[in-house]
Amino acid sequence: MYPSRFRYEAPRSLGEAFALLAEHGDEAKVLAGGQSLIPLVKLRFAAPAMLVDINGIPELAYHREDADGSLRIGALCRHADLERSPLLPGNHPTMAAAAPLVADPIVRTRGTLVGSLCHADPQGDWASVMLALNGEIIAQGPNGRRTIPAVDFVVGPFQNALHPGEIAVEARVPAARGTVSGSYLKLERRVGDFATAGVAVAIESVGGQVIRAGIGLTGVGAGNIKAVEAEQSLVGYTLDPDVIARAAELAAGAARPKTDHRGSAEYKRHVVATFVRRALSGYRAPVAA
Amino acid sequence: MSQALDEVKIGGLGASRQRVEDARFIRGRGNYVDDIVLPGMLHMEILRSPLAHARIKSIDTSKAWAIPGVRLVLTGEMAAQRNLAWMPTLSYDTQAVLATDKVRFQGQEVACVVADDPYIARDGVEAIVVEYEPLPPIVNPVQALAPDAPLIRDDKEGQTDNVCYRWEVGDAEATERAFAEADVVSKLKLHYPRSHPSPIECCGSVADYNSATGKLTVYMTTQAPHIIRAAVALVAELPEHMIRIISPDIGGGFGNKVPVYPGYVCSILCSILTGRPVKWIEDKTGNLVSTGFGRDMYLTGEMALRADGKILAVRFHADTDQGAFFSDAQPSKFKVGLLHSAFACYDVPHGHITAQGTYTNKAPGGVAYRCSFRVTEAMFFQERMVQAAADDLGMDQAEFRRINLREDDSFPARTPFGFLVDSGQYAKCLQMGLDAIGYEDFKREQAEARKRGRYLGIGISTMTEPLGAGNSREYDILGIKMFDSAELRVHPTGKAILRTGAKTQGQGHETTWAQIVSHELGIPADDIVVEEGDTDHAPFGMGTYASRSTPVAGAAVSMVSRKIRAKARKLAAHLLEVSEEDVEWELGRFYVRGAQSRGVTIQECAMAAYTNMPDGMEPGLENNAYYDPPNLTWPFACYIATVEIDPETGVWDVLRLVAVDDCGVRINPMVVEGQITGGLTEAYAMSNMQFQTYDAEGNIVGGNYMDYLLPTAWETPGFELHEVVTPCPHHPIGAKGVGECAAVGGPAAFVNAVMNAIGHTGVRNIDMPLLPDRVWDAIRTGKDISGAPPFRNA
Ligand SMILES: Cc1cc2nc3c(=O)[nH]c(=O)nc-3n(C[C@H](O)[C@H](O)[C@H](O)COP(=O)(O)OP(=O)(O)OC[C@H]3O[C@@H](n4cnc5c(N)ncnc54)[C@H](O)[C@@H]3O)c2cc1C
Repeated sequence: MYPSRFRYEAPRSLGEAFALLAEHGDEAKVLAGGQSLIPLVKLRFAAPAMLVDINGIPELAYHREDADGSLRIGALCRHADLERSPLLPGNHPTMAAAAPLVADPIVRTRGTLVGSLCHADPQGDWASVMLALNGEIIAQGPNGRRTIPAVDFVVGPFQNALHPGEIAVEARVPAARGTVSGSYLKLERRVGDFATAGVAVAIESVGGQVIRAGIGLTGVGAGNIKAVEAEQSLVGYTLDPDVIARAAELAAGAARPKTDHRGSAEYKRHVVATFVRRALSGYRAPVAA
Repeated sequence: MSQALDEVKIGGLGASRQRVEDARFIRGRGNYVDDIVLPGMLHMEILRSPLAHARIKSIDTSKAWAIPGVRLVLTGEMAAQRNLAWMPTLSYDTQAVLATDKVRFQGQEVACVVADDPYIARDGVEAIVVEYEPLPPIVNPVQALAPDAPLIRDDKEGQTDNVCYRWEVGDAEATERAFAEADVVSKLKLHYPRSHPSPIECCGSVADYNSATGKLTVYMTTQAPHIIRAAVALVAELPEHMIRIISPDIGGGFGNKVPVYPGYVCSILCSILTGRPVKWIEDKTGNLVSTGFGRDMYLTGEMALRADGKILAVRFHADTDQGAFFSDAQPSKFKVGLLHSAFACYDVPHGHITAQGTYTNKAPGGVAYRCSFRVTEAMFFQERMVQAAADDLGMDQAEFRRINLREDDSFPARTPFGFLVDSGQYAKCLQMGLDAIGYEDFKREQAEARKRGRYLGIGISTMTEPLGAGNSREYDILGIKMFDSAELRVHPTGKAILRTGAKTQGQGHETTWAQIVSHELGIPADDIVVEEGDTDHAPFGMGTYASRSTPVAGAAVSMVSRKIRAKARKLAAHLLEVSEEDVEWELGRFYVRGAQSRGVTIQECAMAAYTNMPDGMEPGLENNAYYDPPNLTWPFACYIATVEIDPETGVWDVLRLVAVDDCGVRINPMVVEGQITGGLTEAYAMSNMQFQTYDAEGNIVGGNYMDYLLPTAWETPGFELHEVVTPCPHHPIGAKGVGECAAVGGPAAFVNAVMNAIGHTGVRNIDMPLLPDRVWDAIRTGKDISGAPPFRNA
């Protein structure tokens, strides 16, 4: 597999990167972990004339929790950093559940969460998590920073809301209130496979009553889906079986799956309902992994 | 007192000797085709058809020629001028090298570009403009046989339909009579899907035609270098002594590297045309969409049963989907390979098989993917039928097998389809497997779990398969008989080089062949280097596939070692100053009968062969042997899997897999276990996840490794291996083939286990792969699930 000819630059600072992007306009692409871009370039599905490799910009490699409990994930934070992060298991169960299910261990050492959001693959796992958590993306360009809610960030399959010349520098997960619970369940044919169907669930509750619910769906539409009606159906209720069943049904209704080699549309819709129910019930699969 | 060497210590038979080839492989010091770099070498890339079936209206190569660095753009028309647009296949059909008239499958080779580097060659490929006139595509035998089906092979004179062969074997009348007397007739219908051998290294070649000497040297990924040399001599009309095929390190073959592919031929032609070495390295997608696949067979069968469980007869029909060209890489006289080895392990009095092959607009191939030519389909169908029959009789599946398996004292026995099975302890293997898995306990556990809504299942697969083609009466390639060969040279200091006509691709010949020599001559295995794959060096052989290396080439290694020992005995007699009749052998040394301490080592004999031979004796200590096996070898295997299904998602996990393999004498137990583990992994993959098919337009589904899955260590279950040893009665060291047993017999164990887990639903069959949505659908609807193409994306 041999890509077409391209130029490659590895800026050492964001300033240099912006200059390169400004100079090359549409011709340039940001290279982060390369786990999506390089395959496309190798297959000649994409032929950017210039790759701007941001891996040499140290200030982008971080993830941290702010005092208020919100989480900031820099553009060079790898999937593997999140998988191993001590910050996630306690306060960020949905993130913690998703991190080890993205791709395979090799890809996770390079690929980035922000890159995954920018790539906007409808099969991508992180976008569902961000939708469930009401996350945001911080875009920065020569003219400064702006905040884009995750729901507005993906504008179509493989298309994001960045302006030419902008870099997504950070993803942000707002602080939760009350008691946090949640999970990410993913049906995959094999480790490293994209989801046949995936479900991100994030619940904030006080005294057993849901005050906020987030549900994001992977692999069952032209983009990741925020199952808004299902989310709303939970707010104000305790998670008893009827409430859970209704949310599962609404989430399945929000899915727009297609039949492909990973499974039939009908099956994927059923898996969404099953996984929403399981995630809300704190279910653990009986089958040993 | 005996001074014989300890055989295991010197790395002889039974030693789990570390693989000597691994030292270079795991350090990245192997030498694969892509590692070959020759001065002035150019690079070739192939343009493939985007359509499954279309007439070529025009090919415009002018833009490609205009790219700086492009040296040659080769089209079918140019190949035709050299009479090379078509080539013969190993199944006596023809196959397009580069399409001239029509493309007949998606991914077919249409043109190629040779350039200074592969990037430029790829640019050149993208610059070629082909105008196609689409034709209706055919993706299964039913479509192929429809009265109004378009004729795929309109290139073949006299071909009026899409049938490429018809074949039958057995006794139809006797079988019919047996069915008339049956108490129960059990029926089953299924599709064994396409699967791909998927070697990690794809195909490739470096062709180097020297116009000054007229010699053609081709480094290539081939499992059978001598056959390639003969084929090139015949097809390219070059003199055979001016062709040298070198198969260097090979990164897996699995049958995929037996055929001759258009890429090889094009690289040779391009080297002749440019006068420079030309390298072609196939990419993964190219390999998956165009090179030899396995299976794609539709099977419909029935079994005549007596109420007490005795099988009276079987009959079945097979439809094989051959793709665009009939290029099954198989050397037998039989049109569907050894499909008729089905039921060889059972005492079945009568049987009848019919088969028909059809052309379709799919990649050609039908290679023996880790199997002896259609044996995988045979054993899978056999074991699926056996389970269905037991269920239909309301009989326990293990008990049903016990009743019908051949008994130890019944050998040799003729199967209703003509094979001679010669040895085995089938009941013992089955019992060992059942004991290991805890059969009765599991059945109790299963019944308990069922009450709590859990779906547990257990599946058995027992089979013997014919490994080690030939004998020369029934097996040949292009008329060349299926023997194999070995040449052994013992140097003055007692070290040696062994060459064979086989070609290792991961099997570990460099390790195990040395062990056979060690066993025969007492030379430590570490003192023997093994070399294969260079036709200017190695004796003529038929290559490595179909688990034939140990049965055939391995036997030749034994025989040549014995010839060496015979000469060494004369040298020993000379050195010991006694007559030859008074010389006795023990491992590593000859001694004087009655005076065991007076002896000479094999190394001393070797030195004498060069320094101190008796008058009249030819100097040197080397020889060769060509071995024509009297029969195939018949290993037996019993695989038992237990699974649990999540009924809500259809996901199934393997709880345990117990394997009992009887492959006769084991040369290197560790290598054998590696073969079985690898085979079971592939069996699991085929049954669970590997999905390659075509949609109604003839687009391949599963044509890249994101979609076509190779299992990783993560999901592959652990396997529990057991052994029984029944030596092969005709092999010089009692060994049988083993490389394929687990891939052949394994899939039915997994599928039978899943079917057993959902036995209560009345579903008789789910086609492989048993993807979760299929299992879920079967549980939900209670209906059989077909996986036959066309695949309906929606
Ligand atoms: C074998 C394999 C399996 C995989 N399986 C999964 C899976 O199961 N689930 C899953 O979600 N993903 C999967 N992926 C994709 C993986 O998660 C990628 O890491 C991720 O999609 C992209 O992140 P990256 O850092 O590698 O981005 P890159 O490949 O470097 O870039 C991807 C795209 O985003 C743009 N981009 C990246 N970073 C920025 C930025 N900071 N600002 C602006 N634009 C940017 C690039 O220009 C490019 O267009 C898999 C990948 C592979 C190779």
